Amino acid sequence: MTSFQWVWWNWNILEDLRYMFQFQFVQDLYAAGTLIAILAGVVSYLVVLRRSSFASHALGHAGFSGAAGAVLFGINPFYGLLVATLASGTGIAVLGQRASHRDVEIGTVLAFMLALGLLFLAFYNGYATEAYSILFGEIVGISPAQVVTTFEWGIPTLVVLLVCYRQLMFASLDEEVADAKGMHTALLGFVFMATLAVAISVAVTVIGVLLIFALTVTPAAIAVRLAKRPWHAILISIGVALLAVWAGSFIAFYESPAPTSFFIVLIVFAIYLIVRALPLLARLRAWVASAPTRRSLDSGAPGAPSSAPATPPDSERA
Amino acid sequence: MISEGLPSARIAEPGAAGPVAWARHLTVGYRGRPVWTDANFEIQPGEFVAVIGPNGAGKTTLFRLLLGLLHPAGGELEVFGEAPRRGNPRIGYVPQTHLVDRDTNVEAVQLVRLAFSANRWLPRLTPGQLRSERQATTAALRSVGASEIASKSLGAMSGGELQRIFLAEALVSAPDLLLLDEPLANLDIRRATELVELVHGQVRTRNVATLLVAHDINPLIRHLDKVIYIANGHVATGLPDEVLTSERLSDLYGVPIEVLRDSRGNLVIVGDQDAHQDPAP
Repeated sequence: MTSFQWVWWNWNILEDLRYMFQFQFVQDLYAAGTLIAILAGVVSYLVVLRRSSFASHALGHAGFSGAAGAVLFGINPFYGLLVATLASGTGIAVLGQRASHRDVEIGTVLAFMLALGLLFLAFYNGYATEAYSILFGEIVGISPAQVVTTFEWGIPTLVVLLVCYRQLMFASLDEEVADAKGMHTALLGFVFMATLAVAISVAVTVIGVLLIFALTVTPAAIAVRLAKRPWHAILISIGVALLAVWAGSFIAFYESPAPTSFFIVLIVFAIYLIVRALPLLARLRAWVASAPTRRSLDSGAPGAPSSAPATPPDSERA
Repeated sequence: MISEGLPSARIAEPGAAGPVAWARHLTVGYRGRPVWTDANFEIQPGEFVAVIGPNGAGKTTLFRLLLGLLHPAGGELEVFGEAPRRGNPRIGYVPQTHLVDRDTNVEAVQLVRLAFSANRWLPRLTPGQLRSERQATTAALRSVGASEIASKSLGAMSGGELQRIFLAEALVSAPDLLLLDEPLANLDIRRATELVELVHGQVRTRNVATLLVAHDINPLIRHLDKVIYIANGHVATGLPDEVLTSERLSDLYGVPIEVLRDSRGNLVIVGDQDAHQDPAP
């Protein structure tokens, strides 16, 4: 293996990629990152559909204390994350629809969980690095063991999502009818929370608990603005997450020490801004396109009824 | 034909189509407090029934009983000849509240498609499954006149459009009993009349027994086969002309009520101003 040395990319992307992929940690990062992006893309669609972005945030915070506790006791932080996110996900699923009205209670519990995580880390000697990587994602890439864990948990979760897709979709759109139809909406709520918990636990390795929103909410928030068919929206959501993880890791490799998670969030955020601006652009284009008409009305063009005062088209806007 | 007394067609002959739903001395309550008591009614296939009454009288509670989401506190209730059970595929239901809001950017047709065989797991993948799902969806949307708006986003729909989609969602599984909870709420008089005519058309063409909860009987009155009037803890059932009389409603509310009719058959229900309780729905 070539020893790592500081290089800038040179705009020959193919050569850059070939250089980058010589490194085992880069291959590992891309293998895990790809699965994480696919999982996050799918789960985030359900998060947006079920208006559970707060739960997504909450699970990330709860995960911090779990990971920090695991680090303190010498356990794989992934399992700490998983236990903490599953436990809090179950709690929110039990609260069900009422969870969205309990933001003060949940927020109070979350603050305590974060403080608990802080305490665990204070007792641990490797304080700064560990805290940093749980909060913001691994900086130097991830270990082969983490890749294995990601696949062991990510693939079954994707299978569960595929099996439950129809029921989850219907229960998310029309819970009361789903209930009357005899569907197990409480169980489905739990399945959703469990898949979200796994998605967050695996995604934390690349993005950290504090930035988890960028992978478990924003990709689908972008997608639902572009597509109203679920499968299209899910594919767009996966695409956004993949683009962010792939390109973010690429840029971070050549721009280190800037962290990967920063570039992932940056890309997601940039796409979000563009998508939010699209309706504005369309309105602007319509306004520009109507310019000749406006001008001819202003100058009293022939053909325009001169007796009736022409209504300026801008009057509605004013 | 129908009276306050015991339903007549109780003895179901083998092979004969019995009543869709049937109740005798039915009582319901939450935590020991009765909502209403001693209800007797019978709903025949293809009947269009209005469930009328003031807020909180227990109209939705009746639906929850029929759907098997709530158990009677007393009396007997049968739906399709058996005790009500949750998830009965012969019942189509449109609840009053939905999760749909402005942010729900999902094509309306998708909701109807999902409602068709909603209880299945796994995505529909074989051509046969997809074809039957698509055909049922298209037919349901066409029958409620929603083919044109089917590709619109749920979040961008007006109240009237949404009600059509919810109706298609309930009809897509070809139910024999349709329960519509306040579909006319939030609709102006014209849209309400349109929706009532649409529902009435479906009741007649599909021969689906339909219970429609409403505050105001007037948009419905010309089409109804039966009225279930719930107020003051009591339930009165019968033909509209039988139930909507000064005597019956005075009896029901326990205060003097007057039912006035205008030249086109519309009703105005007026409570006695001297009475302490305001009975007007």
